[in-house]
Amino acid sequence: MNQIPIELARRSFLKNSVMGFGSAALMSLLQDDMLAAEKASPQKPSGDFAGVLQPLHFPTKVKRIVHLCMAGGMTHLETFDHKPKLAEMNGKPMPESLTAGQQIAQLQGRKLTCLAPQHPFQKYGESGQEICSLFPHLGSIADDLCIVKSMHTDQINHDPAHTLFNTGSSIAGRPSMGSWLLYGLGQETQNMPGYVVLTSVGRGGQSQPIAARQWHSGFLPSRYQGVQFHSTGAPVLYLNRPDGVGLSQQKQVIDTVNQLNRNFNEAVDDPEIKTRIRQYEMAFRMQTSVPELMDLSGETKETFESYGTKGGEGTYASNCLLARRLLERGVRFVQLYHRGWDHHGNLKGSMETTSKEVDQSTAAFIKDLKQHGLFEDTLIVFGGEFGRTPMAQGSGRDHHIKGYSMFLSGGAVKNGLSYGGTDDFGYNAVDNPVHVRDFHATMLKLFGIDHKRFTYKFQGLDFRLTGVEEAHVIKNILA
Amino acid sequence: MPAVRILFLIVLIVFPIGLFAGEIEFNRDIRPILSDKCFACHGPDSSHREAELRLDERENALQERDGHRVITPGKPGMSELVARILSTDELTVMPPPEHGKPLTPEEIKTLKQWIAEGAEYQQHWSFIASTRPELPTVTNQSWVKTPIDAFILHRLEAEGIQPSAPANRQTLLRRLSFDLTGLPPTPAQVEAFTNDQSPDAYEKMVDELLASPHYGERLAIYWLDLVRYADTLGYHGDQVRSVSPYRDYVINAFNDNKPFDQFTIENLAGDLLPEASLEQKVASTYNRLNRASGEGGVQPKEYLAKYSADRVRTTGAVWLGSTFGCAECHDHKFDPFTTKDFYSFAAFFADVKEQGIVSGAKHIAQLPVPTDAQSKELNELSIQLAAVLTEFDRHTPERDQAFVIWKQELANAANQWVPVTPTQAVSTGGATLTVQEGGSVLASGKNPDKDLYEIVIPLTLKKLCGLRLEILPHDLLPAKGPGRAGNGNLVLHKVEATLNGKPVEWKSGVATHSQVNHSGEYVVSGHKNGWAILPETGKAHSLLLQLKTPVEVSEAITLKLRMHQNHGGAHSLGHFRFYVTESAEQASPQSLANDQLVAIVKKPEPERSDAEQQTLWNEFRSRTPLLAEVRKQRDMLQNRKKVVEAAVVTTLATEATQPREIRVLPRGNWMDDSGQVVTPQFPGFMPPADVKDDRRLNRLDLARWLMNDENPLVARTFVNRLWMLYFGHGISRSVDDLGSQGSWPTHPELLDWLAVDFRENNWDIKRVIKMMVMSNTYRQSSKPSSELRARDPYNKLYARQSRWRLEAEMIRDNALAVSGLLVDELGGKSVMPYQPAGYWSQLNFPKRSYQADKGNAQYRRGVYTHWQRTFLHPSLLAFDAPAREECTARRERSNTPIQALVLLNDPTYVEAARKFAERILKVGGSNFESRLEFAWQLALSRTPTNEENRLMKEIVDSHREFYSQDAAAAGQLLRSGIAPVVAGVDRIELASWTAAARTILNLHEAITRY
Repeated sequence: MNQIPIELARRSFLKNSVMGFGSAALMSLLQDDMLAAEKASPQKPSGDFAGVLQPLHFPTKVKRIVHLCMAGGMTHLETFDHKPKLAEMNGKPMPESLTAGQQIAQLQGRKLTCLAPQHPFQKYGESGQEICSLFPHLGSIADDLCIVKSMHTDQINHDPAHTLFNTGSSIAGRPSMGSWLLYGLGQETQNMPGYVVLTSVGRGGQSQPIAARQWHSGFLPSRYQGVQFHSTGAPVLYLNRPDGVGLSQQKQVIDTVNQLNRNFNEAVDDPEIKTRIRQYEMAFRMQTSVPELMDLSGETKETFESYGTKGGEGTYASNCLLARRLLERGVRFVQLYHRGWDHHGNLKGSMETTSKEVDQSTAAFIKDLKQHGLFEDTLIVFGGEFGRTPMAQGSGRDHHIKGYSMFLSGGAVKNGLSYGGTDDFGYNAVDNPVHVRDFHATMLKLFGIDHKRFTYKFQGLDFRLTGVEEAHVIKNILA
Repeated sequence: MPAVRILFLIVLIVFPIGLFAGEIEFNRDIRPILSDKCFACHGPDSSHREAELRLDERENALQERDGHRVITPGKPGMSELVARILSTDELTVMPPPEHGKPLTPEEIKTLKQWIAEGAEYQQHWSFIASTRPELPTVTNQSWVKTPIDAFILHRLEAEGIQPSAPANRQTLLRRLSFDLTGLPPTPAQVEAFTNDQSPDAYEKMVDELLASPHYGERLAIYWLDLVRYADTLGYHGDQVRSVSPYRDYVINAFNDNKPFDQFTIENLAGDLLPEASLEQKVASTYNRLNRASGEGGVQPKEYLAKYSADRVRTTGAVWLGSTFGCAECHDHKFDPFTTKDFYSFAAFFADVKEQGIVSGAKHIAQLPVPTDAQSKELNELSIQLAAVLTEFDRHTPERDQAFVIWKQELANAANQWVPVTPTQAVSTGGATLTVQEGGSVLASGKNPDKDLYEIVIPLTLKKLCGLRLEILPHDLLPAKGPGRAGNGNLVLHKVEATLNGKPVEWKSGVATHSQVNHSGEYVVSGHKNGWAILPETGKAHSLLLQLKTPVEVSEAITLKLRMHQNHGGAHSLGHFRFYVTESAEQASPQSLANDQLVAIVKKPEPERSDAEQQTLWNEFRSRTPLLAEVRKQRDMLQNRKKVVEAAVVTTLATEATQPREIRVLPRGNWMDDSGQVVTPQFPGFMPPADVKDDRRLNRLDLARWLMNDENPLVARTFVNRLWMLYFGHGISRSVDDLGSQGSWPTHPELLDWLAVDFRENNWDIKRVIKMMVMSNTYRQSSKPSSELRARDPYNKLYARQSRWRLEAEMIRDNALAVSGLLVDELGGKSVMPYQPAGYWSQLNFPKRSYQADKGNAQYRRGVYTHWQRTFLHPSLLAFDAPAREECTARRERSNTPIQALVLLNDPTYVEAARKFAERILKVGGSNFESRLEFAWQLALSRTPTNEENRLMKEIVDSHREFYSQDAAAAGQLLRSGIAPVVAGVDRIELASWTAAARTILNLHEAITRY
């Protein structure tokens, strides 16, 4: 890496524009050192942990986000989008006016017939939100949910659709939204990664493969990558000390490495060495902070019961509990994958299983955030990479991209609202359609970022999370 | 004039090294501004063009429009452009505020100056064919070692900056060794080089390292990033595919210094070359390295469009250094690539035989790539086999006579086998056994894991000599049976028989066909494998059981059978029937015949067709004892051939087929068939094809067009990247984009000189590299003086070397080399280093568990690591190795806590430290100082300082104390990895020095090239 005299470099950076160096790229080179002196508060991102957006474009509404990803393609027709007309049409052909010339995944070349919603809906809360009766716990907090029923996306297969939802593009190599946020905002904790990913499988349906690309930093420096926490073995890869090495031995090795590096730096004057020393210090802190995070002995019996977990078993419920602990500790972006939503067959039965795996724990998680004073400035996002067809695929539904649902929650959105809608069949998002990039623009806005002005220069182009197509902040769902 | 003074000051701050000396140059000064701030709406993309104004074309920009001009050369005051950029009205100011990229005051000044000077345009520099510039003159001639130095020094002298002193020899050799081979120098090399006072000492070192086989591996790491080489599909299930012969090809090509034009042609079109060699076909694997999907529900047409776009993006990035991929949905916003150019380029690859969906990881056009030894053996086997088969086919009087007798026997025997019908057939496992019309038994219903059939057969005959079990295919059975396992197989272990309650003993069991290691004989001998029939399922076979003692029968009797099928996995009989015989002679193995054979042999000879005759002759040869030895030889050779063939690695070479129709896809939408059909064509603004006739262009034309002297981009792109490998940055720093948005080269003449020199010297890669590393520019110290740091913070003038952390693969290679564990064999299949358990748990279709390699494969270089695109090996990933889903021309170099965790705790590094410690104790002398000296020389190529001595002594001493108290902990530490602990070394001492070795391998110096 280049060696740069900090003061001069910063001044020249602030004015630089014709030398072919994108400001963001340069910022990433510089920020290790340049901001260290300016910000010393441990609560605010500073030094290595600061973001590049200073100041932010707008006032911030949220500080952190949790993405509860229902991977495999969550059916909207058995969760949040009630379609009585589809019930009447059960077994009858889908109107060709809707399906002609549209993309289709596994139903290619098959006869397209309507499949009635497989479970009833009911109204919940003062807001009277309609939610499938498989989700009584979510129903009990219906007034805390902002349900978007008019999502649509471009990619009809799992892998590209996840990639689009996470990075704004189906082409590999772009940074995930968590990486963008860390890059722009920095991270608040100095004891663990600012972007954490947890996964779990389900018992109803096949488990979706999830590529590490989904939390990769793409062309952003790799320190903005999400770090996956594991439920078996070391919670963070390579966190555990080698057998036969005690904590004090490890500390001595690290201290000696740092001291030797410091000495060597006198000879070579290399700013990367200073950074290296700080990274070893953080690595050492993680060796205690992460086990502390995973240690659930301080949680009450009531907490375990409300989530429906004993803790530590790697289920979605136990990950929800971990997510609260991560958010408490200042982690910026927590992403939870539940990998069991690809219900091509036996939708009715599978949904009974899958809903039980997420309903109680998600509701408990949201209530718990309230109890811990985290609800107001956390954005909670619940949904999959696409929805499922109104058409039957045997006893299940195929992938569907033209209309589906998700919900948001937290102090920054209008809770108790149902926003947008699909046609009578649940096929097309017709009322206030929300594209994935609109969601991205809205999310960034809540973090105080203008999606149009948040760019990174790569291959000569100013890339942004929302891509080249026009994206809109969904103002009507903001609190 | 205060305003002028402020501007002047700003310019000084922005350009501490004074880039603007004299006149404006369009490409250097103006294009970057226009491209970044204006082209998005007033550039090449016709679909987003505002006011029909193009600022990328002079003619258009100078046009008169309603009485005024956007640009009036020489007259900024009469140029609308100037008025607009100075406007304070947000409705008229350019760029408009919502563009989000306002012009800076100095940019405005520069634009005004440019118009005042005549608004001269230049074609974008990288699109103009390069010509060889004159070597610049310099004052300090003695500093010029290679032409490179003249260009660098010329600029430095103009700036009044002194080059840095040369790096010391130890640093220089480490730098050179890592740069050229990716491995550290050995202490012997360091010593020899440090002591070699001859004037060509350095050049000898350069030549030695360029000749090292590890040179090819080092360069391959970079090339494989560019072409996104990986071992898996990349989408969804991310299944494995075999392409490692391509990696071997790349390594060998670099080691053999294959000229870059030939290399290019073989990559893109090796398969199209006349009488293409195996090597050339392997090279064409390049076209199939794209990501691919095996996801059910993929729309093949959509994915073929994805693969096609991927190839344009990659080929554009690898050879043209351009962001051609941007033109998939719209005309390029900054460079003159149109959408039609994009799809016309895609049409070059329309002949690549491929599938939209790779179902069950079954690829088409897999090319076997045997090693030389394998080729030789297969060839020999074929010759031997041909000889044996000739012998097998040969007629001799003896054989012909035996044939006649055999046919007679067969006919007689057939008459003597009497079909019998069971009166009872019961499955104790719960299956339903039904006796069919004709006496056969069919199993259906429940299909238990294992089963035991009980059969009762009434007999009416005088004497019982043999029982024949015939198993038969049936449409209702899996794979048509005759077994009930999913593949139609079965395994029969034992047939217990009683006659009127008295046990019957079998003498022999012979089958018409047996699976390897599942002989019919096993039913009698009780061998645990039993009788099975793969791969010959879906056909009838017989098992003949001969009685030890024929039983004379005087009354009606009952034969009861208990048929044991214990294999598991439902390997039970599905459809079968029984025959008995009274004839001891005919109950011989030779006489076994199926219905078809019996029918033929019973026909009068003249009525048999030729095919039927042949069937008989074949059957005879497969049974006659006369040919037993020949058959044995044949089987042995065939089996060996199968084994060798199965071991041959395959690759996805390109196979040309009828080109698919390629259309312009409006906005990249694969479902939209309204776009025009295009044929292979080069981008319109680039030199045309050198093809005379009207035939359709192909990949070979594409490759030749790239390597044509007129092509302005290819040589520049490649030498610019080589420069990055040896100096830390490209001459144009945007090594992934030499287009309009790319960086203006710091030394444009040098870049052109190198590009022309490369092209004119037969595209000789080693020659360019040698010129670079022989230069004095390369040999400078990388430590900046404080003055230099202030003047040139980004090292754009190269008054010193750059320094950087090693590549991910090289960090591991270094640890293995220092520890002595490195196995430096060249080439071969990908390998699996240790990886944390459960890291692959997110993969599915199928689920997999990672099996780390044992033995030598564990210690191969990083370039051979299995590249799982969606879950790249986590320690490579931590050090910024790319997933290789897309072309990567420049890796990030981050500095993270995860990297610290890898070096501290990854078993690879703990094991390396342990073996490094072993080396220190065995070879490094007997006292602390000599040991540390040895360790430092091995890992850092230098002598430790006193302070380093002190710190390291502390760590060894305190660990010695700890492990003396806790010998068990020492034992645990020494068990890391699979390499055995060498005998004769004190364990406490070894554990203590392992701590020291871990410390050394974690040093920043150990993973950095200075």
